[in-house]
Amino acid sequence: MPTDAPTAPRAPLPASILSQGPNLIVSIHAALDDEQLVRLQRDLLERVGRDRSSGILIDVAALDVLDSFAARTLADLAYMAQLRGARTVVVGIAPEVAMTLVRLGVRIPLTQTALDLEEGLEWLGM
Amino acid sequence: MTDQSSTEATAEPVHSEDKLLPELVAHLRDNRTDLRQQWAERITQAHLLTSMTNQEVFSEATSVYDNYVEVLETGSVKALQHYARDLSERIIPRGVETHEVIGIVLLLRDVLARSLFEKYRDDFELLNHVLDAYEPAANRIANTVAVSFVEQRERVIRDQQDALLELSTPVLQVRERLLILPIIGVLDQDRAQQLTEQLLHGIRAHRAKLVVIDVTGVPNMDEAVANSLVDTVTASRLMGADVIITGLSSEIAQTLVTIGVDLSKMHTVGDLQGGIEEAERQLGFRVSKVPDAD
Repeated sequence: MPTDAPTAPRAPLPASILSQGPNLIVSIHAALDDEQLVRLQRDLLERVGRDRSSGILIDVAALDVLDSFAARTLADLAYMAQLRGARTVVVGIAPEVAMTLVRLGVRIPLTQTALDLEEGLEWLGM
Repeated sequence: MTDQSSTEATAEPVHSEDKLLPELVAHLRDNRTDLRQQWAERITQAHLLTSMTNQEVFSEATSVYDNYVEVLETGSVKALQHYARDLSERIIPRGVETHEVIGIVLLLRDVLARSLFEKYRDDFELLNHVLDAYEPAANRIANTVAVSFVEQRERVIRDQQDALLELSTPVLQVRERLLILPIIGVLDQDRAQQLTEQLLHGIRAHRAKLVVIDVTGVPNMDEAVANSLVDTVTASRLMGADVIITGLSSEIAQTLVTIGVDLSKMHTVGDLQGGIEEAERQLGFRVSKVPDAD
């Protein structure tokens, strides 16, 4: 993270972070720009420490675009969360998004993916 | 048809040609039987349209001949175009080739030109004028027939391609949450793309956890195809479904290793049966034979 100095209040993230037992469930409602993605990554990592979470589920079903930066940020997030003791699953990648990611040559090697929320929760053991 | 109606179609300002074309048409009408016969003989001699019987060749020749004369007379290729399309539709399934169609039309042009030479051989000046009127029309006819044939052929090929694309990638559910995708025939970039798309939608629709892609029916595989297969697998994994690839033939296996395509991250099983058994195991199915089944 480049800086942790507080900045002026910004628009809320179009994403909600819910605590569900030992897990965090992140639902993204609309496309995030690069700055928002970084913010989400930081918020989540803080929450992992604060809530002592063991799992993160990120639902991207509402997104019809996922660019390479977003994909990499999610992959990085998964790795960072793992370093803090939480495993991450990304769910709800739409067929078109999957094809685009593959065509762009984006790999999300460290991230577990699942079909939808239900599958993801099962993987997290809920 | 009167002379009046035939002259208005030719845009030539030279008045002598206005009269020449009708004269020409009359000549071709008068010698219809003879010229048609000559033409049909030359078609046989040139070994064209061998897939059709003599009778068929003769009857098609008659129609083409009459259409030909009509185009010369009216200057409009509409009717001929229609006929050529019709003709193509009939003869394409019988394996008639493009060179044959062009060949017969050029033969007719030659037969008619020769008869004109013969008729006007005493007056070279007049012959020149006749040919001036005849040649552009004849070339236009040859052009029309050839283009119609090729267009029709392309249309047939396109239709077949579309049909093939639709038919060739069934995504089938064999067990709860288990899909199979048998690939038959040559894989190219387009097809791989379409196949991936169908598979991903299938994964979502069937909530699949495992997919068995069977490539027994794929005759060969190059680097591009292998990589697109890897892409398919990667995209499926992004949607939460794992992929087992089955039926890689020994030739393909050798090729892949020789050209250095890395399939080590892919889960491969020898044949489709093995793949389905493995998938069932992973999904927790146990298939057992009923002891007194037979």
